[in-house]
Amino acid sequence: MTVGLGHYLTVAAILFVFGIFGIFLNRKNVIIILMSIELMLLAVNINLVAFSTFQGDMAGQVLAMFVLTVAAAEAAIGLAILVVYFRSRGSIAVEDINQMKG
Amino acid sequence: MNGETLTILPALPELILAVGAMALLMLGVFRGDKSYRQVANLSILLLVFCAVVMINQVGGEREVIFGDMFVTDAFAVFAKTLVYIGSAVAILIAGKFLSEHNIAKFEYPILILFATLGMLIMISANNLMSLYVGLELQSLSLYVLAAMNRDRLRSTEAGLKYFVLGALSSGMLLYGISLIYGFSGSTDFDVLATSLRGEGGAPIGVVIGLVFLLAGLAFKVSAVPFHMWTPDVYEGSPTPVTAFFAAAPKVAAMALLVRAMINGFPALIAEWQQVIVFISIASMLVGSFVALVQTNIKRLMAYSSIGHIGYALVGLAAGTQDGIEALLVYLAIYLTMTLGAFAAILSMRRNDGMVEDIDDLAGLSTTNLPMAVAIAIFMFSLAGIPLLAGFFGKWFIFLAAVEAGLVPLAIIGFLASVVACYYYLRIVKVMFFDESAGAFEGGHGQAVSAVVGVAAVLNSPVSFLLIWPLVGAAAWAAGSLLF
Repeated sequence: MTVGLGHYLTVAAILFVFGIFGIFLNRKNVIIILMSIELMLLAVNINLVAFSTFQGDMAGQVLAMFVLTVAAAEAAIGLAILVVYFRSRGSIAVEDINQMKG
Repeated sequence: MNGETLTILPALPELILAVGAMALLMLGVFRGDKSYRQVANLSILLLVFCAVVMINQVGGEREVIFGDMFVTDAFAVFAKTLVYIGSAVAILIAGKFLSEHNIAKFEYPILILFATLGMLIMISANNLMSLYVGLELQSLSLYVLAAMNRDRLRSTEAGLKYFVLGALSSGMLLYGISLIYGFSGSTDFDVLATSLRGEGGAPIGVVIGLVFLLAGLAFKVSAVPFHMWTPDVYEGSPTPVTAFFAAAPKVAAMALLVRAMINGFPALIAEWQQVIVFISIASMLVGSFVALVQTNIKRLMAYSSIGHIGYALVGLAAGTQDGIEALLVYLAIYLTMTLGAFAAILSMRRNDGMVEDIDDLAGLSTTNLPMAVAIAIFMFSLAGIPLLAGFFGKWFIFLAAVEAGLVPLAIIGFLASVVACYYYLRIVKVMFFDESAGAFEGGHGQAVSAVVGVAAVLNSPVSFLLIWPLVGAAAWAAGSLLF
């Protein structure tokens, strides 16, 4: 059995769905949400690189590099906001983020 | 082929803004926290300078540079002018508020400059890659701005919520981009437009990708199924930041949405039109009905902005040149109404700090008549009462929808705006007919008063004089988009 494009896309789709569910079903900790976000972005990268390889077109890999860079910046900013939040709230449990309804 | 020459002239304002923002960052770092005022003034000058360069040097000719990544045309000039105005006003009205809350740090104008740069790239994006990079540059700056008052729990919570949901929407957008790229073989709008027009229609993968892309963009404009973050972020963020959120990023994200759909996927209009019609109706209804029960004026403005995005999307749903023209007129008028209303909210101060409840406005007409009249003008204009600017915006939008055959959409929009009248008029009633809740303390600064005054004049019946030049400019801009 050869590994084709479909296999890569399936893995990426599963990881992406894990990421989304990780954000919505997790009731414990904001750090887990940050990890889920990374999972989503990495799933997209698998997609991009797989498409790029199977089409012989470099654009997808270039975009994957951009995504990696932006993901690093995003994680840094997310953690910084989380630290600031922890300083004033004293907790990063998801159910404690409830100062404003909605 | 005689080698490509690198033309950077069309991107000159963006380059000046990038270099200028970094130079101001260095200035701020070396001068320390006392440099807020200086950096803020220089930032406003920089924005004005970039706008002048854009209008004089770049102009409305369609030019595509950087390997077709970056496009300038009349549409970009129009939308960018609105973004420059929104950003400059957001810096202008912030000074007093920030220094009173001990957050007058030079990072505020710098972050706004970087967010503005991201928005300019979004507006000029001609490729899904530059779309993503511009969008992220804007979003990352906005997350930090929302959490800027870092000693106040609500502000940090707003930043955290905005970050989590924003990152989720970026992920969905990106997944859509990857599917579109994979099933069509390109990320370039022009190439996409031609290749999707081919025989047999678009592959199903592209359609799924398009839906993901729309979901991500709908989040950025806070259209309804993806609006949950808006009220919390608007309420928690410092008020000048909220004013900024409600103005410039909305315009930029709408312009991006329009360019992506009209330039990139004209062949799939049947597919995206359904989605746009749905989120437009949902936004108008939620914006009208949920706002009825709000007591905090910033939350009310959040639902109001959701509703207004719904009306603007009607213009995109029409998908015609008239629709785009109406959308641009609507955005320009929305910008003046929102900036004016938020500047007025900035003047709601008592000696124990800022107040944000609608009841605090009670009896404002007896204590401060000019301010009460100005707020009344904004509310009437937001409601779309005839003679005021907001009426023209809605008029052109619904006209375009009817001409494009979307009569039910126009009727639902009209009914939603009737419902919305209730809560706008309630504020007017509270100000003019209720027992006074005590005067506001003055001292909100001349900049805020000036913004309120100018915005009130622009929205008052004086707008009869200004609406036709505005419509002309919007027609010029919309004409450059469709070809």
